[in-house]
Amino acid sequence: MSAPITLVEAVTQALNYEMTHDKDVIVLGEDVGPNGGVFRATAGLSQKFGEERVLDTPLAESMIAGLCIGMSTQGLKPVAEFQFDGFTYPAFDQIISHAARMRNRTRGRLTCPIVFRAPYGGGIHAPEHHSESPETFFAHIPGLRVIIPSSPAKAYGLLLAAIRDPDPVIFFEPKRIYRKIKQHVPDNGEAMLLDKAFVLREGSDVTLITWGATVYETLDAAAQLQKENISCEVIDLCSIKPIDSETILHSVHKTGRAVIIHEAPRTCGVGAEIAAILAEDFYCLKAPIERVTGFDITMPYARMEHDAMPQVKNIIEGVKKIF
Amino acid sequence: MNKAVKIAAEFSIPYYQYLNSESKVISPLPEFAKNFEYLKDLYKHMVLTRTFDTKAIALQRTGKLGTYASSLGQEAIPTGIGKALHPTDVFLTFYRGYGTQFLRGVTMEEIFLYWGGSEAGNNFKAESAKQDFPMCVPIGSQYLHAVGVATAFKLRHQKRAVLVTCGDGATSQGDVYEALNVAGAWNLPVVFIIENNQWAISVPREKQTAAKTLAQKGIAAGIASEQVDGNDVIAVQDRVAIALEKARNNLGPTVIEAITYRLSDHTTADDASRYRNKDIVGKSWQEEPVIRLRNYLFENKHWSESEEKEWQTACSEKVEKAVANYLNTPPEPKENMFNFHYGNMPKSLIAQRDKFL
Repeated sequence: MSAPITLVEAVTQALNYEMTHDKDVIVLGEDVGPNGGVFRATAGLSQKFGEERVLDTPLAESMIAGLCIGMSTQGLKPVAEFQFDGFTYPAFDQIISHAARMRNRTRGRLTCPIVFRAPYGGGIHAPEHHSESPETFFAHIPGLRVIIPSSPAKAYGLLLAAIRDPDPVIFFEPKRIYRKIKQHVPDNGEAMLLDKAFVLREGSDVTLITWGATVYETLDAAAQLQKENISCEVIDLCSIKPIDSETILHSVHKTGRAVIIHEAPRTCGVGAEIAAILAEDFYCLKAPIERVTGFDITMPYARMEHDAMPQVKNIIEGVKKIF
Repeated sequence: MNKAVKIAAEFSIPYYQYLNSESKVISPLPEFAKNFEYLKDLYKHMVLTRTFDTKAIALQRTGKLGTYASSLGQEAIPTGIGKALHPTDVFLTFYRGYGTQFLRGVTMEEIFLYWGGSEAGNNFKAESAKQDFPMCVPIGSQYLHAVGVATAFKLRHQKRAVLVTCGDGATSQGDVYEALNVAGAWNLPVVFIIENNQWAISVPREKQTAAKTLAQKGIAAGIASEQVDGNDVIAVQDRVAIALEKARNNLGPTVIEAITYRLSDHTTADDASRYRNKDIVGKSWQEEPVIRLRNYLFENKHWSESEEKEWQTACSEKVEKAVANYLNTPPEPKENMFNFHYGNMPKSLIAQRDKFL
């Protein structure tokens, strides 16, 4: 059995696997070449596949996105890295106005099988603009998929699925847990289903729904609540768009209570959409839906960033509030 | 004050013209332009484009077409481009490139459908247009798509070129600069056309930039850049063909600023008399491309009044036939507004569609 690997190593392993098996897969972005990316997600790929498969681009995010659009209409499968979450914004127009709608506006004649990867979320004391949680912006856009893996195995299986998907996928990698845990991830090329949520812990009293790095705080909270005889079911959403409402509803029909946890600001966050899905099935609920989220503030600089992110105690408080 | 130690770099922008606005040949013609039959072909295509354009405006005015962007006065650029492109090249355009699109095999019906409010108009059926992009409405974005297509050609070592057009207004956009920059850095097989019609809707060229030419924006990216008289179809075709051949042979990108004049309103939703002096427009009618070539053909006895009448009639018939086909095109099934967002449609969207239907 291979040695256990981290989430960021699982990203590299998936890229390596797919580049080996599909010559149309091209990795591109800022510093992804010999440097291997600022988090080393593309380490060794340039050396192995050469500079025609791993392209160090000029520093221009809109260009990276637009370039991917042109390449993908020719049948290539670009996997672009934006260096940080906050630098997806310059590419926003190209992704929304073109990548996401090319299939529709040409009635399927031209398509954009692209993966836009970016390290995502706070918690590593990075400079400003480096700790954003922008998933809701992309989740609103028809034609896109948004994926956030929370473990090495999911990073591997979902990245493979994203590359093989025929449409643009936003793939946010929670950078705070890039190296938090290690798992055995067989390099077998097996992709996971793209639009499936995972039940990480079964429980009977309340459903905790989250994704990305806060999965770990949520699991901690669930373990502590168990000691107080509150049985929590924990769902890792993974696919932010489309949302696997079946798995969510199935769980809440069982527990009757829901707490949604995310790092992004509250207003119009993905939690609001999940709350609406539950509200539309109102009679499954025994108690009001609770959200434990970031505040409606700009992500603070390093000194206060943790204060702005949901902590275990906030999740426990959130759960207790609805009992 | 300190004197410069040396001049670090110097540049010039050449300007190309063969047939001037008085229809006089002012420099030795390229081979293709010595053949009057070929020139007649160019002329006829410009007339056809203008006939289409006139009809499109009439359809809009009578409620049979949505907002439409006219190419009146700018027929030489798309015609020259279309003649220079090979079927295996890829063409990307903003919204006045009909003349090229027709030469690529895009049908008039498809263009009518597009402006008539149907995405189906972008689903070009002709083999030579299948990889071409639909008209790009957000200004300048298409320049980035073009460098992406060119990157694919380069990575696959294909002997193909990409040609992309934008207007003068687009050269104020970041995407345009970003595209020029990467094309220069990667020596990409792409030809950038700036169709300078002097107006970004109501903002005149001199208010858009302090740059003396728009072509020189390519110089900043290390790209060979030039101007061409965009109302001289011979010059357009000649310079574009040279640039495309250069690109196909991996000799790098080119920027061509083709200078023309927008004789029409920006679109049918615009009223240019609000911001534009009639006298300037009148002067520009003296320089427009169609009459220029017609006079040249007339003077050399290669075109006559009867041929003119005959061709005008043929063009009208062609366009009227396309109009009839367009008006008789059955509407798309409504489910199509759902069906093309994903290759693998999510369950939630299937549910929305089924509920709607």
